[in-house]
Formats: sequence, structure tokens, C-alpha cells
Amino acid sequence: MRLCLYAVSSIWKRDMLRLSRQKSRLLGSLFAPFFLLAFLGLGFRRVDLLPGMDTNYLSFLTPGMMGMTLLSASNATSFFLLLDREVGFLKEIMVTPISRLSIILGRAAVGITNAMIQSLILLLAGLVMGMKLSGPAGFLFALVFIILIASTFIGLGLSLASFMKDTFSFGLILNFILYPFLFLSGALYPVDRFPSYMAPLAYMNPLTYGIDGLRYSLLGTNSFNPALDLSVMAISCVVMLSLGAYLFEISEVE
Amino acid sequence: MIFVENENYNINDDTHYNMDKSAISLKNLCKLFQGVQAVDCVNLEIETGELFGLLGPNGAGKSTIIKMLTTMLRPSSGTASILGHDIIQERDAVRSCIGVVFQDATLDKKLTGKENLDFHAQLYGLDRDVRRRRIDEILELVDLRDKADVMVENYSGGMQRRLAIARGLIHHPRVLFLDEPTLGLDAQTRRSIWEYIKELNVREDMTIVLTTHYMEEADHLCKRVAIIDHGKIIALNSPQELKNSVGPDTIIMQIKYCNELFLASLSSFSEIMAFDASEGQIVLQVDDAQSRIPQVIIEACMNRVTVISVRAVEPTLEDVFLKFTGRSIREGENTGDLTTKKCLQRMGS
Repeated sequence: MRLCLYAVSSIWKRDMLRLSRQKSRLLGSLFAPFFLLAFLGLGFRRVDLLPGMDTNYLSFLTPGMMGMTLLSASNATSFFLLLDREVGFLKEIMVTPISRLSIILGRAAVGITNAMIQSLILLLAGLVMGMKLSGPAGFLFALVFIILIASTFIGLGLSLASFMKDTFSFGLILNFILYPFLFLSGALYPVDRFPSYMAPLAYMNPLTYGIDGLRYSLLGTNSFNPALDLSVMAISCVVMLSLGAYLFEISEVE
Repeated sequence: MIFVENENYNINDDTHYNMDKSAISLKNLCKLFQGVQAVDCVNLEIETGELFGLLGPNGAGKSTIIKMLTTMLRPSSGTASILGHDIIQERDAVRSCIGVVFQDATLDKKLTGKENLDFHAQLYGLDRDVRRRRIDEILELVDLRDKADVMVENYSGGMQRRLAIARGLIHHPRVLFLDEPTLGLDAQTRRSIWEYIKELNVREDMTIVLTTHYMEEADHLCKRVAIIDHGKIIALNSPQELKNSVGPDTIIMQIKYCNELFLASLSSFSEIMAFDASEGQIVLQVDDAQSRIPQVIIEACMNRVTVISVRAVEPTLEDVFLKFTGRSIREGENTGDLTTKKCLQRMGS
């Protein structure tokens, strides 16, 4: 157990060291959400598009774009794990006595850190553009949601990565996942505005609850009960991460 | 040209090795890849402290054996044990006592040499002080101390290989696996890695198993060699014994003014098993070329024959492979006449 934690921290430290040398990787998944935030948020700022929304659109959009950042940063984690396998670095770790689980947990920890840094940079950008925060306590609560969202999608990425041996087709698949999850999550407008045939899909999407939770923490507005948000995210985080770890582990045994 | 074959050789002559002394023991180890028998029921005992070589052409199953022994692949049937730990049942115990340097060893190019070693040492649970001491020690050993803080992407091929070997040694394994340790390296780097491997074996009393398709490498380094072809061990012995099993040595002399007297005196030598004289050249087959050369030269002088040059040609492991498989170890190579080929090889090197 102690050795396992030690290994997780070693893997985390190694990747943080790499990350600090590859700044582009750190900022890689920030561009799309940043531009969406800037163009949509600033463009629609003066338009009272959505009656019933008690904040301006930019404030409403920022948590949604943080969700998008978390989604793509988490996907990048499994992409890099797959890349490590392809170049053979994973093999070098596999011959050491550390458990498979600690390799995956170490990588998940890296992904969570990376996703967290990116989403906080985006939050900062939102604040600069004129978003209003509700209070400091909400910020800490938002961190919890950030971790839960990141873990859920790292789990999903790992599950998919176990079926895909080819790194590049996996990269393509990730794009197909990103947009449906994003658009069906209430990131751009509230879920109750969804057409009736689309709403069920949004209710099945864990990101819906994650973004709603973020919005509640940061702005104080919400569509669902925050307790529901938290419990849905906690359950999906545990389920997806264990499923991902399990599938990835068995995919290693030839 | 006929080589006298030594029929005393027996593949199973390793049975006298005491089981307790075995560092590695393979029992009917098999691996099937989509119906193809990559490793075909291999039985083998490798002694503690032995420098053992698996020699064979590409695709013979050497790397597959190594992958199974290092717990990276699960055998289709049969098993093996390393220092008494079963490779299927006790994977973690096996992993903690072995070091592995893969054929395509992958280092983290975005880290420095030191950081690479430190990361790997951490995975074996070594604490900070031990890590620092071992890293210094090992960088000294592989002669990379002045490059310790250089990013690995700026290392040359030979330096990367040395670092990969250093990484395999950082936790002081009792058994070290080297998969094609000098593949693609230049002659000078290869020599220094050879010396280094030998030193490790002797000084640390480390059991070392290496795979190679370079004859000279197996010949130069290994105490015993198993020649592998199509997933089977086809010959197993010390390099010297294996070469002796192929047949006699050859002496090739360039001479001037050859006369019947000289030829007659050569045929009276009991050590000379066969000889063949043609225009200015005499090819002799003897038991030991090096020690027969002086006698032959003396004989030539006494018969007033001028010797221009003398060359001794001894069988190589290549010839051993040829003998057991009927083909050359490098696929597609035209085997041709053995002596001419060997002469060409000698001249080339």
C-alpha cells in the first residue's frame, strides 16, 4: 500500500516535470474553450437571450467552458498513456514491481492536476472578461466538482483506450466524444431550454450535473439540486475510474 | 572439402547442473502466437552467476523467451522460475529481483539522464539517500557522469543504450536480461559495452542472460550459448565446444616454388587431416590451427619452399548454426563455399 502511494507520487512527479518542460502540452486544450468563451461570451453579453437567467451570459458560459476544458484535458491523459504504451515506455514501468493500479492512479492524478490548472486558467480569463464570482467558499466547492469531472472523463478515456491499440485513431475518436458530451450538457444554455427529444440525453450525461454543480458553486445559479449534482458526479467518478482502470489493466495482459 | 563431424555432442548434456544452483529454469516453456509456435517447449537451466547467451536469427523466439521470463508475456503452456520464483504465480517477486534492458529500450527523452534513473529507482521503492548514492555510482560505471544533467534527447545512440543498461541495474538486480544489448551500435561502443557486461558479471556475480544475433558477441561474452531456431534450442554448450563440434580448423598458406617433397612430408603429419594443394596455395585441415602453424612453416623451410603468407581459419558460431540448420543465420545470404566465405570475412574485418 505504501509502495503503491509512493509509486503514484513518483509517476505524478515525473509527469509534472515533463509538463513543466512542455508548456504547449499544458495549454494545449485551452485554445478552443478560450475562443468560444471570448467570442460567444463577449458577443452575447448585451443580449438578454435567456429569460430566467439571473446572471450575464459570460458568467453563465464560463463554467460551461471550464467543463469543456476538463473534458479535453482528461481525454489528453488517456491519449498520453496510450502514447507511452506505443513508444514502449509503459513496458519499462511494467517490469518494475509496482502494481498496475498505481500506474493508472498516477496517470489519473497527473490528468486531474493538468485539467485543474487549465480550468482555473479559463476561470481567470472569465473573471478578466467580466464574470462575477459569488464568494470564496463557492470556489473551494468548485474545486471538488473539477476533480470529479476530470476523474469521470479520465475513466471514460481509459475505458476507450483499452479497446484502441492505435494511438492516432484514438485521437480521432476523442474528438467525436468531446462535442456530443459538451453540447448535451447545458454548457452553452440551460438544460430546461433543450428540445424535449434532446433533454433525456442531457439528463444521462454526467457532465450536465458537473457543469451545473460548477455553476452553483461559482455563481449561485443552478438547474438541479446541488446535492443531486454532487452525488451523480461522485458515483460516476467512482464507476468510470474503476471501470477504466479495470479495462486498461486487463488489456495489458496478452 | 569435408569437415569431420564430431558426433559426441549431445543437446541434453546440461542435466548435470545441480538444480539448486540454477538461477533460471525453464520447464516446457511454450508460446503460441495465433497458432504459430513462437517458443516450442523449451527446457533450460541457467546457473547462478552465469553469462548466458541466446543466439539465433531474427524471429527465432529469443525475445519472446525474454518477455516471458520478465513477466511481460504469459506463456501459452509450461512455466519457468527465476531464483525459485514462478514467473506466472509470483510475478511481483520475479519483478523485484530482475533487471531488464529491452531491445528497443525507451527512455524518457524529456528528462535528464539522472532524472530517468531517479524515476526508475523510485519505482523500486528505494529511498532518497540510496537513490542518490546508486545514481552517482552507476553513472560513473557507464561513463555518463558528465552528461547526468543533459536531456536524454541530446544523447547519442550509444549513450542512450548505456543509460538504458544503467537503468536496468539501478536496483541491483540479481538477474539481468539484455535483449540485443548492442543492436545498431558502432564497433567501438559495442566493445565498451561488452567489457562492461563482462565486468558486471564477474564483479557483481550477476547472472546475465543476453540475446543476440551477432556471432562475435555470443562468442566473446558468453560462458554458454543456446542456439535457437524456430522457437527450439538446437544446440547448447560453451562457444568453444560448439565450434569444436563443427569440425577442424583450417590453415591457408600462400607459397612459392612448391615441390613434391614438401607435399609428401605434409601427408606424413598425423595432425593434418586433409590437405589440398593448388596453384600457389595449400589448404590444410588440422585439429588446432594456431599450434600447428610453426610446424608447418618449419617443414616448408626445410623443403626450400618459400612461404608468402599463413592464415589460420577457425570455425565460428556461424558455422555451428549452419551445421545444425543447414542455412546461414542471416536469412537470404548466399552460403556458398565455406572457406572462401570465411576468408572473405577475415579480409573484411
